[in-house]
Amino acid sequence: MEEMKATPLRAHHEGLKALMAPFGGWLMPIQYAGIIAEHKWCREQAALFDICHMGEFLFQGDIVADGLEDVFTFSVQGIPVGRSRYGFLLNASGGVIDDLIVFRLAEDRVMIVVNAATIANDFAVIRSRLKEGANLTNVSDGTAKLDLQGPLSREVLVGLFGAEIGTIPFFKFITTKILGVDAIVSRTGYTGELGYEIFLPADKVCELWELLLKDPRVAPAGLGSRDLLRLEVGYSLYGSDLDEATTPLAAGLSSFVNLGKEFVGKEALLKEQQAGPARVKVAFRVNSRRAPRHHYEIFQDGAPVGSVTSGAFSPMLGCGIGLGYLKPEAAALGTKLLIKHERVEMEAEVVELPFYAGGSLRS
Amino acid sequence: MSMYFTKEHEWVKVDGNQATVGISEHAAHELGDITFVELPQMGKVVKQFETLAGIESVKAASDIYSPVSGKVVQVNDKLEDAPELVNESAQDAGWICKLETADLAELGALMDVAAYAEYLKGLE
Repeated sequence: MEEMKATPLRAHHEGLKALMAPFGGWLMPIQYAGIIAEHKWCREQAALFDICHMGEFLFQGDIVADGLEDVFTFSVQGIPVGRSRYGFLLNASGGVIDDLIVFRLAEDRVMIVVNAATIANDFAVIRSRLKEGANLTNVSDGTAKLDLQGPLSREVLVGLFGAEIGTIPFFKFITTKILGVDAIVSRTGYTGELGYEIFLPADKVCELWELLLKDPRVAPAGLGSRDLLRLEVGYSLYGSDLDEATTPLAAGLSSFVNLGKEFVGKEALLKEQQAGPARVKVAFRVNSRRAPRHHYEIFQDGAPVGSVTSGAFSPMLGCGIGLGYLKPEAAALGTKLLIKHERVEMEAEVVELPFYAGGSLRS
Repeated sequence: MSMYFTKEHEWVKVDGNQATVGISEHAAHELGDITFVELPQMGKVVKQFETLAGIESVKAASDIYSPVSGKVVQVNDKLEDAPELVNESAQDAGWICKLETADLAELGALMDVAAYAEYLKGLE
């Protein structure tokens, strides 16, 4: 078995009696006080997540001449300095190798933030699409990432690190000094709340973690609550809702794909666009507190039409919610579905995303 | 009144011919935040160790097996809106249902409090 990786904060999590479990090859905290309590804390206060497992690559050079412009489904050259953009790295069939965020650090400098389980493959694929000799480095091991998410996150960070952080708009970032070292503070996240992702050198992350937790408005939160939070706002989870056999069109994420530019997978997407996707992602709401779960089967009028890729009990809605892929004819809003697994059955209805729109994300 | 436990972590307390059933504190803790309890139908007749009810937490969905044979005569309908009662008080206010039961000899196939404590140690 491959050795399990751990973040620099492992001992801190164990000290807080976190329940630890494998995630994408990493031993990560799933919960501390409890998943629902941490979810609530994030929706009302400021929750702190150890996200050091995610990967970061640095590119230095000429974005167009070195080939980076054609690597992703969006234009990198078109991202203004100080802004970031979400999109995809695709294979030739249009399947999602990863979903990621690109940060434009400078005219000739870019940071690419990728999922933990896909770091090695993403790096190899991106490298292979760049001009030989292009300067791309995997800085994942030396780079730490903490997410502070929740309506109070801005005042916490402004109090600790100064007013500039309070001025960052959604999907913009600043480079600043934190604890005396260069850090990136980005107004992005995965919870639907006002929040920040902080990138800094790995050897400083324990100090930052301890400092943030001294604030009574801040509590640690694990990947369990993070999954609930992201599902309530309809964000996809790579490996569950997105994978190499799924295109951004099927996933309803074509707004992150610019078909007016070149990228690997474009031909396949154009074909799929013409023919219409064979299955499409839908969101559904269950009529009870039962939770749909990954791989549960979905039926319409007695016929199988797809399966669940993500599901949970939503504390904000008080019922089960989920995402899944269905035949397009079963995907219309209001379609009644039956979700089944062994002796468990639940009725559900196709609804619009997000499930929960009351977050502080853009406040 | 003594409490008896199954290997699947249900408990039962018998008073005359009435058996109150729930899941153990250990099980509630392992499941994490409980979000849904599927209460049995009133009048449902079950045999010992058959599926009686269901329970879901943020982490998993599980079946609840009946510690004794009997007929469901009461369900804890507070759990419909407040399944977290099972986390707060698994072995008391978080009871699941009551069965009318006849065969007290079935308790011999269960563990008493001390034996269950031993059993949990073995699972660590």
